Amino acid sequence: MRELKKPALMPYVCCGDPNVKFTKELIREMAANGADAIELGIPFSDPMADGKIMQEAVARALDGGMTPDKALNMLKELREEGLEIPVFIMTYYNILFSSGIGNFTKLAKDAGADGFIIPDLPIEESGELRSACDEHDLVLVQFITPNCSDERLERITKDAKGFLYAISVLGITGVREGISEDAVELIRRAKRITKIPVVIGFGISNEEQASEYVKAGADGVIIGSKIAKIYSAENKVDEVAKFCAKVKEKMQGVTLV
Amino acid sequence: MKRYFGRYGGQFVPETLVPALTHLEEEYCKIKEDKSFQENLGNLLSDYCGRPTPLYLAKRLSKKLGVGKIYLKREDLLHTGAHKINNAIGQCLLAKKMGKKRIIAETGAGQHGVATATAAALLGLECEIYMGSVDAKRQELNVFKMSLLGTKVNIVENGSKTLKDAINEALRDYTANFKDTHYLIGSALGPHPYPTIVRNFQSVIGVEAKKQILEKEGKLPDCLVACVGGGSNAIGLFSAFLDDPVEMIGVEAGGDGKQHAERLTGKARKGVLHGMKSYFLQDKNGQIQNTYSVSAGLDYAGVGPEHSNLKEMERAKYVSVTDDGALDAFKTLSQYEGISPALESAHAVGYVMKMEKSDDKTIIINLSGRGDKDAPQVKELLK
Repeated sequence: MRELKKPALMPYVCCGDPNVKFTKELIREMAANGADAIELGIPFSDPMADGKIMQEAVARALDGGMTPDKALNMLKELREEGLEIPVFIMTYYNILFSSGIGNFTKLAKDAGADGFIIPDLPIEESGELRSACDEHDLVLVQFITPNCSDERLERITKDAKGFLYAISVLGITGVREGISEDAVELIRRAKRITKIPVVIGFGISNEEQASEYVKAGADGVIIGSKIAKIYSAENKVDEVAKFCAKVKEKMQGVTLV
Repeated sequence: MKRYFGRYGGQFVPETLVPALTHLEEEYCKIKEDKSFQENLGNLLSDYCGRPTPLYLAKRLSKKLGVGKIYLKREDLLHTGAHKINNAIGQCLLAKKMGKKRIIAETGAGQHGVATATAAALLGLECEIYMGSVDAKRQELNVFKMSLLGTKVNIVENGSKTLKDAINEALRDYTANFKDTHYLIGSALGPHPYPTIVRNFQSVIGVEAKKQILEKEGKLPDCLVACVGGGSNAIGLFSAFLDDPVEMIGVEAGGDGKQHAERLTGKARKGVLHGMKSYFLQDKNGQIQNTYSVSAGLDYAGVGPEHSNLKEMERAKYVSVTDDGALDAFKTLSQYEGISPALESAHAVGYVMKMEKSDDKTIIINLSGRGDKDAPQVKELLK
C-alpha cells in the first residue's frame, strides 16, 4: 500500500457520476487541494449501505454507462498521469464476486489500486477476498462500528491491514451535523488496542467535524455525501477543491494533546 | 445454527448489522426451545389464524387434468389470505420477546405487508412497511388494508420500484434503527439467520400436510408443487419431506416470455445481494437486473439460499410458468373448484396443468394465497 499521510483527508467519489471525464478531473483537483487518499466508488445497482445522496450518485453513474472495467481503466490512466496518493476501491461484494475474486483483485492491482472497502463483507465472509488481497499485496479495509463489543473489536483489529474504517453512526451514509460521542468513544477504544490508523467516516460534512474527530484521535476522515452534494448541485470541480482545502487546513491546525 | 445451506446463504451485511443479527440468532434459539412461547404461537396460529388449514382433494380439477389425484394445501384460507401470517405472527412474538417496539418489513404483493401489519396490530407493535411504487399500484387494495391496520406504508421510488428495492430500503432502516426495531423479513431469504427462521415458522405447512396426506391416502404423496418467489411457502411445504422419497417442484415466474423472474431455471448466476449468497439475475458486470412477472410476489431477482442448495443437490426441481399459464390456471381453478388462487399460487397450479398424464400419482399443490387481491388486475388482463 502507498503511504497514508496523517491526518488523512480521504474523499469518496462515485466513479462516473455523471461521467468519467468529470470524475478524473475531480480526483486530480482534490489531490492537488489536500486529499491524502481517494475512496473510489464503483457503482452497484443496490447500494444498501448508502443514503439518498449516494444512491442518486450511483444511479447517475449507472445511467451514464459506468462499469467496473471503465472505472479501473480510469484509475490506470490517472496513475499513468502521475496520481500518487493511495486509492481504495469501494464497491459491493457482488461486483467482485461476479467477476471472480481472484480475477477482480488482479485487475484492481494492475490498475493501481491500494485496497478494497467492501461495506457488505463482514470478517466472517471475507476469507476468500482476504487471501486474494494478500496474494496481490492489496489491503482489505475492515469496518468498526460503535456497537462493536470489545471482543469483536479485538477480533477485527487483530488481522486488520492498511487502516480501520470507523463508522461514526449506526446507520447509512449521508450528511449529518455535529460529532457523535459514540464515534469519539469508538476511536478511543480502537486506538487503545491497535497501532493501525483509524479513519472515520459516515456523516462528516464540514471542517469542524473533521478537526474534532482528529482531536479525538482519528488518523483521518472520509467525506463522501457532502462532496457529491457540492458537485452535483453545479457540477463544479472548483467548489469541491475549495472545500477540501478548507477541511485539510483545519485538520492540520489541530494540536494533539 | 448453520450459516450456510451447502454453498449458499451466509451473512453479507454491513458490520453495523452483525451484532444485531447475532443477537437475533441467540434470541431465536431461546424461543425455539421455549415451551410457553411455542404454546402461545400454536394457540394464535389455531385460534387467530385458522390452522390447521385443510388438505383438500380437488376432484373436479383432478378429473379435468388427468395428471393424478390433486390435493390443495389451503393456506389461502388463513386469516389475511396467505401463508405469510405464519411467519409474521412468529416473528412479531419473537420481536416482542426481544423487547422491540417497532416492526419494519418489505412487501411485494402486499400479502406479507398485510400479514405483518395484522400481527403488529394484534400484539400492539408499531409498524412500517416498505413497498415499491410499481407494486403499490398493482396491489392498491393491500396498501389500503395496511393503512387501515394502523401501519405506515412507505412507497419506494428507487431502482425497479419493486420488491428488491423495498428490501434495500428496509435494510437501510434496520441498519439505523435495530436497537428498537425488528426487521420482519417475509421470505426465506436475506442474511443468516433469516432464511432458517422463516423456513422454521413456515414449516407448519409441511408438517400438517404430511400428517393429513398420510391420514387420507395412507401413503406419502408422489409430488409437491409450490411457487417460488423468495421461496417461503415452498420451503415451508418441502421441509417436512426432505428425507422422504417425494418429488419436489418449485415454480418460478416465466413472465411474458421476454422478461421474467427465472432464477433457478433461467440464466441467473451465483451472486451476493441482500445479505446472502444465492442465484441472482444480473448482468455480466454483476449489476442486479430488473425482473418482471404478472404476480408481484414472484417478481424478485434472487431466491432463498436453501432453494439454490436444493437445486444444486438435485433434491428439488425448478420450472417456470408464464403469465399466460398462471392466468389460465387462475380461471381453471376458479371454474372447476370455485377457488380463485393468488396469481403467485396460480403459477404452481399452472405447472400441474402441464404435467404428464397419470392415473395413480398423488400431488400436493401449496395453494399459498387467495386471489381476492388480484381480482381487479385479472379483470383488466382478461379484457
